[in-house]
Amino acid sequence: MRDIDAGAIEETVARLCVEANIRLNTDIKEALSAARLTETSENGRTVLGMLLENASIAVNEHMPICQDTGMAVVFLEIGQDVRITGGFIGEAIYAGVRDGYKNGYLRNSVVSDPINRVNTNDNTPAIIHYEIVRGDRLKIIVAPKGFGSENMSAVKMLKPSDGIEGVKRFIAETVKLAGANPCPPVIIGAGIGGTMDKAAYLSKKALLRPIGSHHKDAFWAGVEDELLASVNDLGIGPAGLKGNTTALGVMIETFPTHIAGLPAAVNIGCHVTRRAEAVL
Amino acid sequence: MTREIMTPLNDETILSLRAGRMVYLSGPVYTARDAAHKKLVELINAGLPSPFPFEGQAVFYAGPCPAPPGKIIGSVGPTTSSRMDAYSPLLIEHGLKIMIGKGERGEAVQQAVARFKGVYLTAVGGAAALTARCVKEARLIAFEELGAEAVRMLTVEKLPLYVAIDANGLLPE
Repeated sequence: MRDIDAGAIEETVARLCVEANIRLNTDIKEALSAARLTETSENGRTVLGMLLENASIAVNEHMPICQDTGMAVVFLEIGQDVRITGGFIGEAIYAGVRDGYKNGYLRNSVVSDPINRVNTNDNTPAIIHYEIVRGDRLKIIVAPKGFGSENMSAVKMLKPSDGIEGVKRFIAETVKLAGANPCPPVIIGAGIGGTMDKAAYLSKKALLRPIGSHHKDAFWAGVEDELLASVNDLGIGPAGLKGNTTALGVMIETFPTHIAGLPAAVNIGCHVTRRAEAVL
Repeated sequence: MTREIMTPLNDETILSLRAGRMVYLSGPVYTARDAAHKKLVELINAGLPSPFPFEGQAVFYAGPCPAPPGKIIGSVGPTTSSRMDAYSPLLIEHGLKIMIGKGERGEAVQQAVARFKGVYLTAVGGAAALTARCVKEARLIAFEELGAEAVRMLTVEKLPLYVAIDANGLLPE
């Protein structure tokens, strides 16, 4: 067994909350720069230029890239030979979120109840996904999620007879309905298969993949490329001001499913799609 | 040349704005999002005064980040406007002229904008560190208990915006 102190988890989560919100990931920055060269609309190019300038200001002045600094989504891969000492892991993560959002001057965007809405004023609770893996390490990924894009996401229980065309139609339709709301150019995460909850989880996990990465199965890698081309043909464009850059990437994750079902989930990420990780 | 306009806007200026055009807006704007809109509508329905004047003024659908030391404001930018669709027509009826947000609006808002000669402008979502540079002053006005959702008066300078619904109720082509 390898011991990891809860205090170290807290400090790491706090640091990652700030990092994810202030530093635009390199893959997204490169994709925005590349899109600026191929974008056909003038307004679209202006917006892409603003987004790149915004990213520089954010990192240089230590300001959040976007004012919606999200609900903190934390993915943990816990090696089965790890033992947490000095506190409870869930509390350490919440404490890290609290510290990160306070000391990083990030916005508190969480309300205590979905109907009786009172701000918790420390951005907790966080959404935590625990996964037990082999080994004696602890991997922490913090992916704060803004709700402009989260609100435009969707889950649908398709029929097996809907097939791949049904899946493609559902994903493209979801992006079309979202329009300018999720701050295009968007990043599309899709989860296909499993159960309803598994598909939704996979769609969020897909957003952790770097832009340009592909599903390991050639069939699905082809579907990713095809969908990217077809959503860019929708013409929504940067900030919804028209153009051929509606999405920067489409990432699909799949899982075996039931003989009767074809669950499909689409999680839309904005052009910020924050993620920062560390291994303890 | 991108046109520059200054709040509060008079009717003549509003009527001259065309859907699809970019403008730079300067002057005071008032932040209000979901929770503040709910409260504003409650005040109107109770016959009570609004905490800020509506006539010719602009509401910015935004909840900024806290200001770090030495800054006027933290990152700030537009939230999805359609969440305010349930409240906007009543505010427009009571004199509100300018709305700033992102995304499309429902038909009722579009009709109210045309009927009362207002304008809906969109800002670039997620360019919030850049947008914060346009803010020269920020002052808490009302509903402090709402935290990020409180009403603040921001004095902005050359905020880049696009006309998304003009006073004729038209959308960009």
